[in-house]
Amino acid sequence: MAMKIDVSGLKKYLLPAGLAFLLLINLFLVLEFFGVEVIDRYVKGILILMQINIILAVSLNLINGVTGMLSLGHAGFMAVGAYVSAILSIFLSKSNLPEVLLFPLVLCAGGLAAAFIGMLIGVPTLRLRGDYLAIATLGFGEIIRVVILNLDITKGARGLPGIPNYTNLWWVELFMVLSVLVIWNIIKSNHGRALVSIRENEIAAEAMGVHTTYYKVSAFVIGAFFAGLAGGLFAHYLGYISPKSFDFMKSIEILLMVVLGGLGSLTGSVIAAIVLTGLPELLRFLQSYRMVIYSLTLVLLMLYRQEGLFGRDEASAELLRKWLTPRKKNHPGGEAGEPTES
Amino acid sequence: MSLLKVEEISISFGGLRAVSNFSLDLGAQELVGLIGPNGAGKTTIFNMLTGVYHPEAGNIMLNGRSVTGMPPYKINRMGIARTFQNIRLFNDLSVLDNVKIAYQYLGGYSWRDAIFRSKRYRRKEKEITEWAMELLSIFGLAENRNELARNLPYGAQRRLEIARALAAKPKLLLLDEPAAGMNPQETMDLMSLVKKVRAEFDLTILLIEHDMSFVMNLCERIIVLDYGQTIAEGAPDEIKSNPRVIQAYLGGEVS
Repeated sequence: MAMKIDVSGLKKYLLPAGLAFLLLINLFLVLEFFGVEVIDRYVKGILILMQINIILAVSLNLINGVTGMLSLGHAGFMAVGAYVSAILSIFLSKSNLPEVLLFPLVLCAGGLAAAFIGMLIGVPTLRLRGDYLAIATLGFGEIIRVVILNLDITKGARGLPGIPNYTNLWWVELFMVLSVLVIWNIIKSNHGRALVSIRENEIAAEAMGVHTTYYKVSAFVIGAFFAGLAGGLFAHYLGYISPKSFDFMKSIEILLMVVLGGLGSLTGSVIAAIVLTGLPELLRFLQSYRMVIYSLTLVLLMLYRQEGLFGRDEASAELLRKWLTPRKKNHPGGEAGEPTES
Repeated sequence: MSLLKVEEISISFGGLRAVSNFSLDLGAQELVGLIGPNGAGKTTIFNMLTGVYHPEAGNIMLNGRSVTGMPPYKINRMGIARTFQNIRLFNDLSVLDNVKIAYQYLGGYSWRDAIFRSKRYRRKEKEITEWAMELLSIFGLAENRNELARNLPYGAQRRLEIARALAAKPKLLLLDEPAAGMNPQETMDLMSLVKKVRAEFDLTILLIEHDMSFVMNLCERIIVLDYGQTIAEGAPDEIKSNPRVIQAYLGGEVS
């Protein structure tokens, strides 16, 4: 038996800490308006990448952790979103649409394109499960990459330069919070329970009236949408994308965050995304030993906590609920398993 | 009119004819037992009734509507719910969530309601929770609502499976060996529970069971299956003395 590290005490303070952190960043950004620069470009960049990774990890968690379908093609969806939104905004930047309108528009377009591809992939691979599904999605992810590599409009292996740098911390924050909220609300609903039942026991789920095929495709489509969104943010942050950014290793990187945070735990994914994006940067002083330490951390974590940081639990679900619905009386009190008084 | 009418259904696996020409007529609120030696095809019949397998021939009618060839989730929505021989709970979910999932399709709110937590979402979620808690208290599981299903004692898991099946408000309940692995006391309790549930939910129940005293005491009518065919049908007393049944179970000669 592996030793268990108790993290329950930690969970209570996670959400307030996260919100406080976001507020702090915003405060810094506001200060910047008045000429006081607190965080430099380098830190900003890391913060942006962290939040993009949060969107990716949370959306993959919906497919992998919640619905229990092992998907290795998430970078593919991200690529579709990145390229579609990038090409659109290069094209539309000549028009005089204001950025406030244009950017969300192209991001959504990228997300929808990815969702469409997600549906195309979801339908035929649905009969597969476990390892087989993983290999099929891996294949699809590679197909997407190779198609991008060979298209003219994407400029192939040279990569696509000249994407307007719309992405800043505000935008990323907005979309990160929205993505997490939407996926959280889905999980805490009827539809979310249907997804979970597929993971738990597909035969029983089907026998209990859950249209498993529909819900599996839905999980794929929703997950792909948010991956596409993240891809769009990524493209407009770097200003340049190439198929190399969306290879198999990127999918594995996202999967790592999901597994490390705990399959089925959204808060776990969020924390893991932050840690795994930040850790390589923090370890920079170790120079060439950096990746060794990084990998060793992963190995140790899996040895001592196989279920990931949070297992299937959410960090302080109670608090987020209160925060979402301040009017206590209207709330059914259903999600934490509390019965209502009768 | 009969609730469930099964006409001459058959199915083979490879060269083996698992069930041949099985017919059944169930009236409202009937409690019928399906017995037979191992491998007689009892669970296969359940699987055909719930859409897991599709019969090669014959017809299954529920309330005068054919459900033959429908997928399991649709049949469940039409009003047939079941439990499984080897318990299939959602193990890593709480007892309450297990029941709530079965209420899924009756939940009746859209993805949009869920994402925006609309009024409808809140109202429906409240309804779902109340209904699930009501069921759990009938089955004596209300106290365990926040426990994981896998941590329940065996007998309680069996009861939870029945509660979950009832959450979808079925008209016909199929119980696959509900008393398997229970001690005599638990079996007695289950018997009264089944009776109570039938009356309260206006249910028709078809059950497979190997515990003879359970079946004989509970069921009004018994169907005996051997090698995929009905060999006897009637009241418990008739079945007990039926020579073909005795032969099927004991392997004796028919005089």
